[in-house]
Order: sequence, then structure tokens, then C-alpha cells
Amino acid sequence: MAIKKICGIETEYGIIHQGTEEFNPAYSSSVLISAYLAAQESEHPRWDFNDEMPGNDARGFSRADVLSPDMHPQLANAILLNGARYYVDHAHPEISSPECGDALSAVLYDCAADVIMQRSMDNANAALPEGEQIIVYKNNSDGKGNSYGCHENYLMDRSVPFAVVAQGAMAHFITRQIYCGAGKVGMEIPGEEPTEEGFQIASRADFIEEQIGLETTIKRPIINTRDEPHADYRRFRRLHVIVGDANMSQVATLLKVGTTAFLLAMIEDDFLTREIIFAQPVSAMRNISRDLSLAEPQQMADGTQATALDIQWELYEMSRKFSEMGGLEHVGESTGQMVLDRWEQVLTGLEDDPFSLAQQLDWVAKHRLISGYRDRHSLSWDDPRLKAFDLQYHDLRPEKCIATRVGLEEIVAPEAVLAATAAPPNDTRAYFRGRCLEKFSTHILAANWDSVLFDAGDDSLQRITLLDPMEGETEELARLFDMCETPAQLLEHMGGKHV
Amino acid sequence: MSDSSRKQTNRPKKAKSEHQEETASSSSAMHDELEHILDEIDEVLEENAEEFVKSYVQKGGE
Repeated sequence: MAIKKICGIETEYGIIHQGTEEFNPAYSSSVLISAYLAAQESEHPRWDFNDEMPGNDARGFSRADVLSPDMHPQLANAILLNGARYYVDHAHPEISSPECGDALSAVLYDCAADVIMQRSMDNANAALPEGEQIIVYKNNSDGKGNSYGCHENYLMDRSVPFAVVAQGAMAHFITRQIYCGAGKVGMEIPGEEPTEEGFQIASRADFIEEQIGLETTIKRPIINTRDEPHADYRRFRRLHVIVGDANMSQVATLLKVGTTAFLLAMIEDDFLTREIIFAQPVSAMRNISRDLSLAEPQQMADGTQATALDIQWELYEMSRKFSEMGGLEHVGESTGQMVLDRWEQVLTGLEDDPFSLAQQLDWVAKHRLISGYRDRHSLSWDDPRLKAFDLQYHDLRPEKCIATRVGLEEIVAPEAVLAATAAPPNDTRAYFRGRCLEKFSTHILAANWDSVLFDAGDDSLQRITLLDPMEGETEELARLFDMCETPAQLLEHMGGKHV
Repeated sequence: MSDSSRKQTNRPKKAKSEHQEETASSSSAMHDELEHILDEIDEVLEENAEEFVKSYVQKGGE
């Protein structure tokens, strides 16, 4: 049975530190995050690693050699007022958004994460010695074969077998890149010399080497099997999606998350009218990313051929029917409608004239500009100005960012984005986490996705667990937060009850 | 999915003459807009592109 598609986006940002001889990305990321936290009025409790099990595989086994992302106690790792996690993940600053109730909320908190990064840069650079500067990029590769991720997460009904989810979702992950690709100059196939020749639709397609697997740093799969629900494991699954690009375009982010939410809800309700299986999924992913005409058909397992557009139209039609049969309740009523309308609009545009979507889609905007720039200066593909252009599209400094200069359509209001940097969504459990931080931050020892650990001041520690991501604000809970002056009062009123 | 069934969901096409006129004027406006953005990008693009691209090295993540 389909359940509400609670979702979230985790973005690892690219980072450089200019003016220093020995650039240590983990250290610079920590400086960046600490500079942000130091400027905040409230305390930011540390992350609690209690429920991290990244080695658990949804296919039913577990590996002990997969480590939690940050095991170094000195590196910044905090929870923000909006319920997000802000931390050093390996060599990058990362923001994992709070749990969001639908795709539009995910767009809002993705934009809020970018604002938090900009403030972090401002604060850090004001404190660094003269001549030093930390710069953050919202992209997915350095053009030299190194990739870092923008992952999505979706809450799913655990009773649906993982194999069914994997089979049903794969064709969507291979083909959705035609509207959610961020665009890239060059090719970076693992094991081959990177080249700056040409332009492709998605930045991640080169790095996808397997159909299914647990890895996220090597041999990356289309379907990731990490099985960490961060919730009641008997009821829920968290599908961890690693194939996507980080988007500068809000419309692209909306579609990336919104169409996937539709697809997963349809899988749960057994609504897909047929299995769509590529003969060679991994090469289809790369071929589609390189086919700017969108016209080259791919071989399907049943012997037919189809383009990515064909498949996306089919999935769109199924989703439209699903919405008419009551499916919107799982994907946010008005947001689901918005996703369907946008989905149809971009498929029509891609079919008729992709450049008509230069204010909606990242890869189209970037391709149009880079083509224009190349013509203007008669540049060959290996001219470094084209790759510099590509990287700078994702530069989060307002004075340098190219993406903000191309007129990308905004679907969330700037004031709402600013508010979302400091307030959680009210329709998921992030509400509880955020309100606890707002009221009682000095009494919270640590927190994570599914619990908050309090030092209530009576020599005992109390953990409140949040096992249902769908539990948002209720009248009773809002009243309790307004009424309680101390965490002890809150704990007493909740009577040890788990949220 | 057959082409005909797919088109059923598309918005109706505009009448040809109106469509062509609109396309001609909007493509000229789009050209001007593109030139304007490119002027601006010429101003903000990193001055030493070669050095910038070479120094942009990330460790893998995730």
C-alpha cells in the first residue's frame, strides 16, 4: 500500500580553499561549518551515531567494512534549527535536509541549504587570514574523474519487496535525467582518461557502473541497496537514491523528487501497467546522457526500442491516471498536481524545442549558454574557459554564480527560503526535532533522525524516539511546546511517550 | 506507447501563422537576452580559467 512520500535531499558540496599552501578539504569544510554555527544564537547539539548502519543491505545481508560518514570527533557535525544535519562527509561539507512532506517542500529546504552555505562562506571568509577564501560549489564532479553526490531519500512501505522496488524504479532513474540532468562539459568514465570534449546532459551518468549495489563511492549503482530506515524498521524502508545530479534549477529539483515520488507510490500500489526493462541499463544511462538530440532509441529487454522521452511519456501517463484514481494523497495534493503539469510541460518542450526550457532545466540552460559562449569566442572544446564556465555555473557566491544570471524560474519565494533556514517543516517529525532545538537546545546532548537525547537536569538522560517520519505538528504538540518552559516539563507531559 | 496516444495529453497546438509570428519575435528577444547574459558572463568568468580549472580538484565523497 502506498504511503505518504516523505522525502529529503542530501547534498555534498564541492569545496576549494584559496590562498593556503596545504588544502585539507575535511579541515576547510569543518572551518566552514563551524563559522556558520558560531554565528547562530542557539546551541547546535552534536549528531548521535546511535542508529547508523550504512553496511546494511536491503537484499538481506550486512557488511562490516562500510563506515559511518564521519567518525572523527573534531569535525563539525550538527543539527540545525530547521531539522537538517550539517556536517563534514569525507572531504565535503554536506547538508542533509530535514524530512519533507512533498517535493515542493524538498525544493524549499534544498534552497535553504544553499543559503546556509552562502552564509557559511561569508562568515568563514570574514574570519580567515587575508588572502584566503573558501568557495563552495553545488555540483557533482571536478572534471577529473572525482564525483560526490546529491542523494535523495524516500519513505516507503517495508512490506513491498525490495526487488519489486528496484525493478520498478530502474527505468525511471535511467530516463529522468533528460529533465533533471545538470549538464556537463566533458566525459569522466572511471578507468579512462577524462576528456573535456563535448557536452552531456547529466553529470553523474559517467560514474554509474552497476545496476544494483551497496556502494556509493566506487562502482556506483543505479539502485542503491543501503538499508538504514532511520525509522521503525518493521514498517518503513528508506529508499536511498544516488544517481541524481545536484540542481541549481528549482523546477529540475521539483521534477527530480516529484516524479520519483509518483513512481514509488505507484510501485507500492502495484499500479505500473507493465515492466519497463532496458537490455543494458548502465550503457543506456550513459547513452541517454550523451544524446543531446534525445532521439536515439535504446534497446529494451523485450526486443523493442525506446527513447528516454518515450519512457518518460509512458510514466507520466501512468502517473496522471494514478492521480485520477486518488494517488495524489501520497505525493502532496497540490504539489502532485504541480508536478504532473510541469512534467507534461517539460516533456512537450523537450520534444518540440529543448531550448524553450532554458529557464526551467539546468542542462538546457547550461548547454545554450556554453554553445553561445563557444560561438562568440570561437572556442574548441578543450579550451579551459568552457570547463571554467561549467564549474562556475555552480559557484554559490552570488557575485560569481552563473546559474543565477540565466533567469531560472523560481517556484519558491525568497522569503520562504530564508524562513526555512531556521524553521522545520511542520508536516514531518522534523517539526519535533526543530522545535526541541528552538526551545531546549542547551539541554539536548545529541540528536539524530529518529531520536533526541535530553539531559533534563535530574542526573538522568532521556531519549525520545521519533520512529514515524510522518508524525508532524499536532495541536497537542504545538500546545506542549508553547507551554513547557523546561525539557523536564516536556518530558513529563509526554510521559515517556514516543513520538 | 504509440505516438498518437501520447499526443492526446499534449496541449493543443496554436494556429500556424500565429505560432510562427510569435516564434520569430520571441526568438529575436531570446537572442538579445542570450547576448546580454554572455556579456555579463564575460565579466564574471574566472580570469585565469586554465589555472582555475586545473586547481579545482575534489576528493571523492559519499
